[in-house]
Amino acid sequence: MPWARAWANLRLGSIRHVIDSDVLERVLGVAVRTGAEFAEVYAEDKRSTSAGLDDGRVEQVTSGRDRGAGIRVVKGDTTGFAHTADLSEAGLVAAAEAAAAAASQGGGVTRTIALTRGPERTVSPVAQYPDDVRKADKVALLLRMDDAARSAGGSIVQVSAGYGDSHKRMLVANTDGVFVTDEQVRTLVRISVVADGDAGMQTGYQSCGHTIGFELFDNVDIEALARDAARQALTKLVARPAPSGALPVVIKQGSGGVLFHEACGHGLEADLVAKGGSVYKGKKGELVASPLVTLVDDGTMSGEWGAIAYDDEGHASQYNVLIQDGVLTDYMWDYLRARKEGRPQSGNGRRQSYQHLPMVRMTNTYVLNGTEEPDDIVRATEYGVYVAKLGGGSVNTASGDFVFGMTEAYLIENGQITEPLREGNLIGNGPEVLRDIDLLGNDFAMGNPGTCGKDGQGVPVGDGQPTLRVKSLTIGGTAA
Amino acid sequence: MSAELQELADRIVAQARSGEQVEAFVSRDTETDIRVYEGEVEHFVSAQSEGIGIRVIRDGRTGFAYAGTLDPSAIAEVLAEARDNVEFGTRDEWAGLAEPDGVDVVPQELWSERLAAYSTADKIALTKELERLTLAADSRVRIDDANYADVMAENAVASTAGIRRSGRENGCYVSVSTMADDGDETQTGFGFSVGRSPDEFDLSKAAREAADRATRLLGATKPQSKRTTVVFDPYVTAMLLGVVSTTLNGEAVAKGRSLFKDRVGDQVAHPSFTLVDDPTNSLAYTATDLDGEGLAARRNELILDGVLQGFVHNSYSARRVGAKSTGNAVRGGFKGTPGVGCLALQLKPGTRDQAAIVADVEDGVLIQTVQGLHSGVNPISGDFSVGASGLVISNGTVGAPIREFTIASTLQRMLLDVAEVGGDVDWLPMRAAGVSLVIRDVTLSGA
Repeated sequence: MPWARAWANLRLGSIRHVIDSDVLERVLGVAVRTGAEFAEVYAEDKRSTSAGLDDGRVEQVTSGRDRGAGIRVVKGDTTGFAHTADLSEAGLVAAAEAAAAAASQGGGVTRTIALTRGPERTVSPVAQYPDDVRKADKVALLLRMDDAARSAGGSIVQVSAGYGDSHKRMLVANTDGVFVTDEQVRTLVRISVVADGDAGMQTGYQSCGHTIGFELFDNVDIEALARDAARQALTKLVARPAPSGALPVVIKQGSGGVLFHEACGHGLEADLVAKGGSVYKGKKGELVASPLVTLVDDGTMSGEWGAIAYDDEGHASQYNVLIQDGVLTDYMWDYLRARKEGRPQSGNGRRQSYQHLPMVRMTNTYVLNGTEEPDDIVRATEYGVYVAKLGGGSVNTASGDFVFGMTEAYLIENGQITEPLREGNLIGNGPEVLRDIDLLGNDFAMGNPGTCGKDGQGVPVGDGQPTLRVKSLTIGGTAA
Repeated sequence: MSAELQELADRIVAQARSGEQVEAFVSRDTETDIRVYEGEVEHFVSAQSEGIGIRVIRDGRTGFAYAGTLDPSAIAEVLAEARDNVEFGTRDEWAGLAEPDGVDVVPQELWSERLAAYSTADKIALTKELERLTLAADSRVRIDDANYADVMAENAVASTAGIRRSGRENGCYVSVSTMADDGDETQTGFGFSVGRSPDEFDLSKAAREAADRATRLLGATKPQSKRTTVVFDPYVTAMLLGVVSTTLNGEAVAKGRSLFKDRVGDQVAHPSFTLVDDPTNSLAYTATDLDGEGLAARRNELILDGVLQGFVHNSYSARRVGAKSTGNAVRGGFKGTPGVGCLALQLKPGTRDQAAIVADVEDGVLIQTVQGLHSGVNPISGDFSVGASGLVISNGTVGAPIREFTIASTLQRMLLDVAEVGGDVDWLPMRAAGVSLVIRDVTLSGA
């Protein structure tokens, strides 16, 4: 009973419910009794701790526990899904019956399921489990960040900081015999700073998160992170309105991965492609980007926010090249879409929790290095915008139009970075922007941890890129 | 059913030790989610979730814990964790639970027996019907998916401060996502209909809107940059009001994060702009009888003839500024403690419909969608910049579609630059009602 052992090995304290592999086999058997071709059990047990500091006070430490199973049954083109917080055999069987009824009204069939345990696989090794760290040590990080931000200057009027960790054990078993377990640990800090000046308030933000434990803070200087958030807010106190109209835009290393996430990442998700909802449909083998661009989605990138050993359908994570030297090489795939096309999955079937159906999602999406020195890219730009930090973004995958926010940006004049600019959105069209990348740096870096939203579900993702230039992007400022 | 949850909450509160304030919030939701594609059910989700959140306050320190189960041993663990977490909070003289304030609850019809009794087969049938109607509306239209969803939620809250409330609510909606093609170009649209029960749906209207939204942008071009007048569609206005509401949040005010923090009594908006938050108005889909702390939801006037009247509060933010809760505690479920937020915003409507308003605009844009409200709008600095698409207005007539441009200003200026509020109120499934809104002197950035 490998799962029983894995479950018992959890460092989660008291685990009362154990799912044996023979229970899973029986539950899957119930799920396909009405003639379904496929059934799957996804179970998770997650403990999380978060702490928030605001206005100089640790407002609250929160402990959370989420535990349950989602059961998916596929019959023809119909998927039935039910979930339960009751991990006993009776609870699982009830959920399996509900999912089976949802998928079909059909007659009775008996199928025997034999599970084969997949190999143990570790992508992000953990040195210090957050469950083993005293809450006082977690809270102390927030106080240090608050101090560091406030000592950055008298104009800093407000600071809020957050700490969060989670430890999730998950299990996937399906009627194809797949049976894997995985453990996912995440640790994160973030800080928001408000500065007040003659022209009103401005804000700064920094965060750092990895799929590792508390050892994160052996290597990350959280005071420097806090000072950087304060610096952004202070810098913007003297910012001028951003320009309005189309200009060359240079995007700093590690700050613009969201550009690729929005400009083409979502459009390369096979579920959107299949329904004709992507501008990249039917473009495999074609030049869709500047030949400088090689884009990868990589779930195996150790420690990064989107790193996973197995995806949420039990498929091992992979390094997938999506665009090679500007040519579209492949889309990203989950179980359902891959099965339909008769091709392998790519390790991109992910879900927010056991209460959600999996779908095609990115993991860590990044652009490989080019050859330019970053300074030369700025020097080669006579007049334009230098974006040092991007906020969030969103895309309409069917039209390709996307926006993303610039939270720290400067004017470039005569090849020099000059005045800071106020915040605004940039807007562009994915395929056009990919073609308009005309300079690519050699200074690759990953960016901040992100949460990608699709169809109401949020999953953790990473992104990264070297410094690069887009020939022309529309800047949504107010200055003529 | 809710009685069982109330008992559970009561039992936890009864375990409070001396010197301890305890609040327990218990909820249970049942959801159905149906997706139809090409006349077949693509997925059918049937789900029940439940959970509990416990807040403990002692000596001005707060601790909180939750679990996504009502298993008795898990609940004991949650209470123990919340107590343990108290040790790590900073002492806060304003920390505390809501006290009953004697304000009467305005009863609302939040539960529909008709929805509770509606059959699964009928839910599937009407989702298929929506897909069929949408396809029939325009030959250029394809369907991304058609959806039906309903939720039945019950919850109970109890506290040592004497709060003891429970309730249940249900509701449902249908929605359809569309695409329209013209050569290489694809544009998207959506339509929806909401109700306490499916009898209230208007499938034809949802289908027509979904087809119109996708087709009207076909052939859209990128406009030249300029300063111009914008007319917001009701749906866009509702999104804007959502952003404005964060500046009226009493907690942001207490912590110095609102750009309106010292402006009560000032003219912050055009005199035509009167904004109330009124969850007691049963026309609002977010109408409710209780706030997240169990106090009566109530009507609050926020901006009157352009003059700022005040802010919305929960019990904590109110104590901090020496005010009383306005019944605006907002709880996102059992996993968190109540924050502050507006519940059902509405602009006082003007008298004219959109056609009459547009007829008076010499040069402008009718804005039909905005994108990037979460990334290009900073409610603390007031910087406002969003991606948009819409239709050109020239000499009072709506003309060619335009897309891939931004509109920008600051929140402070936009409220003062309001030129007219329309009379075409549209109740939407959002925390703000929609209405057409004219704003002058906005920067449009395009080619």
